[in-house]
Amino acid sequence: MTLNRRTFLGTSAAAAASISAPALLADGHGKPRVVVIGGGSGGATAARYIAKDSKGAIDVTLVEPSRTYFTCYFSNLYLGGFKEMDDLGHTYGNLAAAYGINVVHDWAVDVDRDSKTVSLAGGATLPYDKLILSPGIDFVDGAVEGWSLASQNAMPHAYKAGSQTELLKSQIMNMPEGGTFAMVAPPNPYRCPPGPYERISMIAYQLKQNNPTAKIIVADPKPKFSKMGLFQEGWANHYEGMVDWIGADFGGGNVSVDPANMTVTIDGEETSVDACNVIPAMKAGKIADMAGVTDGNWAPVNAADMSSKADADVHVLGDSSSQGDMPKSGFSANSQAKVCANAVRGALTGSKVFPAKFSNTCWSLISANDGVKVGATYEATPEKIAKVDGFISQTGEDSATRKATYEESEGWYSGIVSDMFG
Amino acid sequence: MIRAALFSLSVAASAFLAGVAAADTEDVQAGEKVFQKCSGCHQIGKGAEHRIGPHLNGLFGRPAASYDDFRYSKSFQRAGAGGLEWHADTLDVFLENPRSMASATRMSFRGIKDADDRANLIAYLRTFSDNPADIPEADPTATSLSHDLDPTILALVGDPEYGEYLSGECTTCHQSSGSDDGIPSITLWPEEDFVLAMHAYKNKQRNHPVMQMMAGRLGDEEIAALAAYFARLED
Repeated sequence: MTLNRRTFLGTSAAAAASISAPALLADGHGKPRVVVIGGGSGGATAARYIAKDSKGAIDVTLVEPSRTYFTCYFSNLYLGGFKEMDDLGHTYGNLAAAYGINVVHDWAVDVDRDSKTVSLAGGATLPYDKLILSPGIDFVDGAVEGWSLASQNAMPHAYKAGSQTELLKSQIMNMPEGGTFAMVAPPNPYRCPPGPYERISMIAYQLKQNNPTAKIIVADPKPKFSKMGLFQEGWANHYEGMVDWIGADFGGGNVSVDPANMTVTIDGEETSVDACNVIPAMKAGKIADMAGVTDGNWAPVNAADMSSKADADVHVLGDSSSQGDMPKSGFSANSQAKVCANAVRGALTGSKVFPAKFSNTCWSLISANDGVKVGATYEATPEKIAKVDGFISQTGEDSATRKATYEESEGWYSGIVSDMFG
Repeated sequence: MIRAALFSLSVAASAFLAGVAAADTEDVQAGEKVFQKCSGCHQIGKGAEHRIGPHLNGLFGRPAASYDDFRYSKSFQRAGAGGLEWHADTLDVFLENPRSMASATRMSFRGIKDADDRANLIAYLRTFSDNPADIPEADPTATSLSHDLDPTILALVGDPEYGEYLSGECTTCHQSSGSDDGIPSITLWPEEDFVLAMHAYKNKQRNHPVMQMMAGRLGDEEIAALAAYFARLED
């Protein structure tokens, strides 16, 4: 049988890398095959580390529909005017050219765990020995009354970066003077716990300069949120009177929207809004469901190697996984990917497998040069990924510390994207 | 026999310390000589000004990188923002190996390996503080600190393969290419510098919450493995 590789390699070096890979045998006695679905923080990192460290001994295919991947992290900084959209876009050319990864720009539409194959929308079938799923998030249907994916142009979610983020920004920039922006925040667990609140900060920053009498309303189904003290201190310092956060204790969870008429109703009180960001409840990316490795909204995994509790040959990384104490973040997915890559390589080539270690740090920008962070380290226990130690920025820190924290976040961004894309 | 020798040395040391005034003077005079290594870049005393490096009057108790009219390296600005203050203990760690505290300092000085020389130099620097007598007792006599790592820790031979695996935790932020924007390079450091820096974080002599957390859970073997890996990394 022939593996139909839909590679889109742009350089001759990449083509050479691809050709030099030996043909696969139908009975699986050729090079071991790893298929990675999803080219974000988890998938791109896993593909790169397996290809890099196995030095050609493993055939790695990365399936990702987008040719340019826009990171969700730092997309709030685009809303605030600190980054351009181009700064957030990354392509896969180097993973193909420098690491010999077969990069397939297509949608994975099915996984057959019995025959160990992945079907692509374009018709190809990819056989695998180990499958790594890192598809990010999808939204729970009906999570916010009145909102569906069909409403995402009127009320963008902007929680997958790219055109949605651009749309949200243009709607904010076009608000009338003194207009109202509303956000419907998501319930736990969701991607990037401080993300909605960094977004509020960045939108407030933008409005303060361009539309200083505008108002921001946040309807939140949670009574508290990540870095709450730090954000509330920052909102009071930088954007006094602009942000009205309505938490669960004040009816923030009792919310419906009307995208056709641009209204938001919070605890029975209807408000007309000029721009509205609806961030619905989340679940694992659809392909995890199709592969049958989810239990409820997420895919449970074993902490030691990120393998699915339903199938030892399927690993689930990042936002889609249910693993224990780690927040759903790009940093976490990147960290989990390296543990997974080490285990997958060990299983397929007999290379040494080292004990799992995980870490995460989330930086958030509150205003210009006012950065904060929270982070922790984790270990694998038989039950879950368990937190070992952590830290958080303090309220009342001096401006030099906050500036250094922001500069550090920029360094981290450069670091993680080069760790993902080579 | 060795024990007997050590015993007599410590008796000698006690006797020496008993004559505090004399000892201080000698320390300071010896320190003034050591300071000749510094004076090409740093001024101290009456009328001292910033030159290649900042002047060193009133150093004790002052946060690192705290003169507005001196341009510090980003590395030093970070150390200062992270809470580094100059006291005998921090100066001792810094002077032994400046890069262990400020990895990209522009101060091109390899450090003073001899502990007595450092102690004397610190005693000398102390005399240019406003109220040397007010400096806490722990400050003036720099004694050996945990940066005098157990030689067996420094002698550990790291396993670069293990280091390569562990490096995944580092390269989320530190680029293996050695590129330095916002987060310092850790590529191609001499292994000893790497080990000293990591233990300085682990022992909380060097300030940075992320690094203290990361280093805090690494064992001696793991730090040696990382040092071995990053020292050999080629790009």
